[in-house]
Amino acid sequence: MKHLPGYTFRTEALSKVYGEGEAAVHALRGVDLEIPKGEMIVLLGASGSGKSTLLNILGGLDRASGGHAWFEGTELTSLSDRDLTLYRRHHVGFVFQFYNLMPSLTAEENVELVTEIAQNPMRPADALGLVGLDARKDHFPAQLSGGEQQRVAIARAIAKTPTVLFCDEPTGALDSQTGRAVLRVLKDVNERLNTTVLIVTHAAATADMADRVIKFADGMIQDVQVNSEKLTPDEINW
Amino acid sequence: MSPLDKKIVRTLRRLKGQAVAIASVIALGVMTLVMMTGLVGTLSETRSTYYERYRLADVFAPAARAPQTVLQHLANLPGVTAVEGRVIGGALITLEEAGRPVRATALSIPRDARPLLNNYMLTSGRAPRVGRNDEVLLLQSFADAVGLAPGDSLSATMNGARRTFVVVGLAQSPEFIYIAAPGEIVPDDTRFAVLWMLEDAMAAAFDMKGAFNEALLLLSRNANTQEVIAGANRLLDKYGGLGAYGLEDQASNRFVTEEIAGLRATVGVVPPIFLAIAAFLLNIVIARMIQSEREQIGILKAFGYTSLEIGVHYFKLVLVIALCGAVFGGAFGILSGRLLSGVYQTYYKFPFLVFQISAGAFALGVSVSVLAASAGAILVLRSVFILTPAIAMRPPAPVDYSKTGAFGPRMKRLLDQPTRMVMRRIVRQPGRILGAIVGIACGMALSVGMVSILAGFDKTIDMTFSVIDRSDAMISFTHPLSDTVQYELASLDGVHAVEPVRVVPVEFRHGLRQYRGAVNGLQEGARLNRALKSDLEPVELHTNGIVLSTALAKVLNAEIGDTIEIDVLEGRRPNLTVQVTGVAETLLGSPAYMSLEGLNRILKEPGRVSAVYLSAESDRLEALQLYFAELPRVAGISVKRDAEQAMQKIMNEGAGSTRYLMALIAAVIAFGIIYNTARISFAESMRDLASLRVIGFTKGEASYVLLGELAVVVLVALPLGALMGYFLSFAISAGFSTDIYQVPSVFNPSGYGTAVLVVLAASIVSGWIVKRDVDRVDLVEALKIKE
Repeated sequence: MKHLPGYTFRTEALSKVYGEGEAAVHALRGVDLEIPKGEMIVLLGASGSGKSTLLNILGGLDRASGGHAWFEGTELTSLSDRDLTLYRRHHVGFVFQFYNLMPSLTAEENVELVTEIAQNPMRPADALGLVGLDARKDHFPAQLSGGEQQRVAIARAIAKTPTVLFCDEPTGALDSQTGRAVLRVLKDVNERLNTTVLIVTHAAATADMADRVIKFADGMIQDVQVNSEKLTPDEINW
Repeated sequence: MSPLDKKIVRTLRRLKGQAVAIASVIALGVMTLVMMTGLVGTLSETRSTYYERYRLADVFAPAARAPQTVLQHLANLPGVTAVEGRVIGGALITLEEAGRPVRATALSIPRDARPLLNNYMLTSGRAPRVGRNDEVLLLQSFADAVGLAPGDSLSATMNGARRTFVVVGLAQSPEFIYIAAPGEIVPDDTRFAVLWMLEDAMAAAFDMKGAFNEALLLLSRNANTQEVIAGANRLLDKYGGLGAYGLEDQASNRFVTEEIAGLRATVGVVPPIFLAIAAFLLNIVIARMIQSEREQIGILKAFGYTSLEIGVHYFKLVLVIALCGAVFGGAFGILSGRLLSGVYQTYYKFPFLVFQISAGAFALGVSVSVLAASAGAILVLRSVFILTPAIAMRPPAPVDYSKTGAFGPRMKRLLDQPTRMVMRRIVRQPGRILGAIVGIACGMALSVGMVSILAGFDKTIDMTFSVIDRSDAMISFTHPLSDTVQYELASLDGVHAVEPVRVVPVEFRHGLRQYRGAVNGLQEGARLNRALKSDLEPVELHTNGIVLSTALAKVLNAEIGDTIEIDVLEGRRPNLTVQVTGVAETLLGSPAYMSLEGLNRILKEPGRVSAVYLSAESDRLEALQLYFAELPRVAGISVKRDAEQAMQKIMNEGAGSTRYLMALIAAVIAFGIIYNTARISFAESMRDLASLRVIGFTKGEASYVLLGELAVVVLVALPLGALMGYFLSFAISAGFSTDIYQVPSVFNPSGYGTAVLVVLAASIVSGWIVKRDVDRVDLVEALKIKE
């Protein structure tokens, strides 16, 4: 039995190689991992340690070079492009470091972009309410601050009520105060919607609010630490 | 409205400059197609409606004098549905105000003033009344041109007798849509008139009581025209039949038909070229526009949008631009097609226009544009879809410049850093640069092609009126006279030189080809009107051979050394067989030449001339015209200056006017291509430019990297465009040429210079606009974009 009930993800000898021959870069070198449902996971590691690559593969944005990965009962590494698209559409929410909003759409329209194709979406206004931006829903990205843009990105990601939420350096471009606000929203989503949240970050302090911390180095898992006591975002030291 | 559709609207707003440029190019391509197709449709539909409504005859059978009883026999020919006999004669009108004689054709109409065939359309006044033999209907275009109205009188010489008539009404006729004096090519309302008179009056004037000299025959739809013509010739032979001919050889109809055929040829050549170039440009521009949306495509994929949904999204964007362009182009095409039809109405006297809108041309224009645009989009989308979303969301990896060694350290001393950046960009991305070069070269080629054609029109006029015909006037006689007349005329005050000519109406035949035209018998060593070879040296006229104009040689498919048959259509009407001994370069009409002596000999009428060319003091020309008008045997006087002006006018305002429009369109397309190329290059290198500015480059130095590339592209495109334009101009000139006038493709350096200036001007303006954008780049914003 490859899949274990109660887990969102499981991987087995997962590897990823970019390029060929001498120029080949081994981003992942055989990763074995289990991620329980509803947990908040923080992936830590230096640049190039492989944490973003893992996130991209689990998120269905990229393909593995070897090994296997399962999402609940489905083997992600055997899915066609079409099925990966449906997987992203119905189960996955993304938050990127640089927000990646559509500059030509307002905050609410950016959220609608996702609710329109999702199976069981929230109302866009509710999603914006969750991140505290209902008053600024008609603003364009250019009219919002960095923190506000990131909150729109989170609203967009959670509006589909995803099974899993991937966040790649969600606070990387933000100051500490705004960063805390964003983390509060993530924690809120994790607790209220029971969404599994995976956060990739350089900021080691973020780890204190996670259920589980996975440390990466050289494309491999160095250490997995389970926090018995979690801090709230406001208690974190930046 | 879905958020993706809102994105389309906002993207369009952001790209409005480029979208407008692309849509304009599409609009112009579609406009040319719709305009020209609509014009052709309108003219040909109007012509057939006019002919049908006024019952224009299918066969014209002239004779010297045939009794009315023959008409019944003509009616019995199989396929003939109606017959009418009429009297037709030449007249020379003298108007005190006009100060010169005008050639006219007089036609008889039945006593009830309602011709069965070749009916006229009364535009004002009334028809002549029975018993009033001095009442005439006058051709409206002539009356308008010289200021005559019902109630006025005019005097005319008919059959050698001078008479005065009262104009009681004005008329138009499908027989006279194209109004040029008999034997002339250039239409001129002031120099040709038609008079309709009651048959009693005409019979009296031309001594035709109980007889007719032209039978008109209307045929059933499936009648065999050639058999009817043969039957009519048989029946009229003993009455001096001059050879029946079909509607296709009727002078006015032939000109109209030629014009429509010429336009149709233009439609087949010029708009497709415009549309093809527009489509090509569209393909490149859309491809690059979508390339710049790569990251957004990646994000949409990350959210779970399928490739099909994203493809449909961008297809809609392309469709909106293409459709806007096509709809505007179609609307303007319909509008300008109507305006042009109106312009044509001044030269082709249609009393009404039956407007035609070519839905097919519009649909074609739209689908070509949309297909070209979609093809450009699909290629790029495919390449983006192949990438995983993770890769697509990143900007493309920096282009690898490591293999551009040619501009490496060795060149360091020769080229500065920015110049080497320009060179490396060009060498490293040859496909992109090639696309830009070919695009601009196409714009240049269009301009060169159109400028060559503009020069071609001038050459036609110059060749015809300054090089081939060096006389000041031509006097034609009612029938061939003794050649001694030239000495009489030469002795007149103010006349420098007189040169006799014999013009004989004939039908040429070579194999299955035939053509109704005339042979010009020219004096040996002629100086005033000459047959010239392509090197502009006179063609030698042999006493035993015939020289064909290039156009006629083409119509008959005859070459030097071939033998052609000639049916003479006057006098004893002999059938001759002659050898083609030369080909003469003419750009107006389709004449043939023989030596005067040789022509008279085979006609067995030695020493006869039918017209003379003369050169005279310019201030004596008017007096001479009036003097000639008094001579009973003078059928007409045509002054070259008038003909040249009329020709210039028709080329500038009438048929030839489309070329100005097309030259303008060519320039706009050239500009559209260059502007888009510059604009896209800017979008693609905005980050690099901002980085340069951040590290301390001045605005000018940063712009240099971008504009340097544009300059190289334009400089390479210029000679390539000139070469492409050279070949394109042959295709366009073939499209503009008709049997009546040929438009040569002229290689003139100044034309190429003009095209170069057009492209350079477009480049400078585009460069200036882009430079302004470079200067305005917000450095912080530009650099904030994710690496």
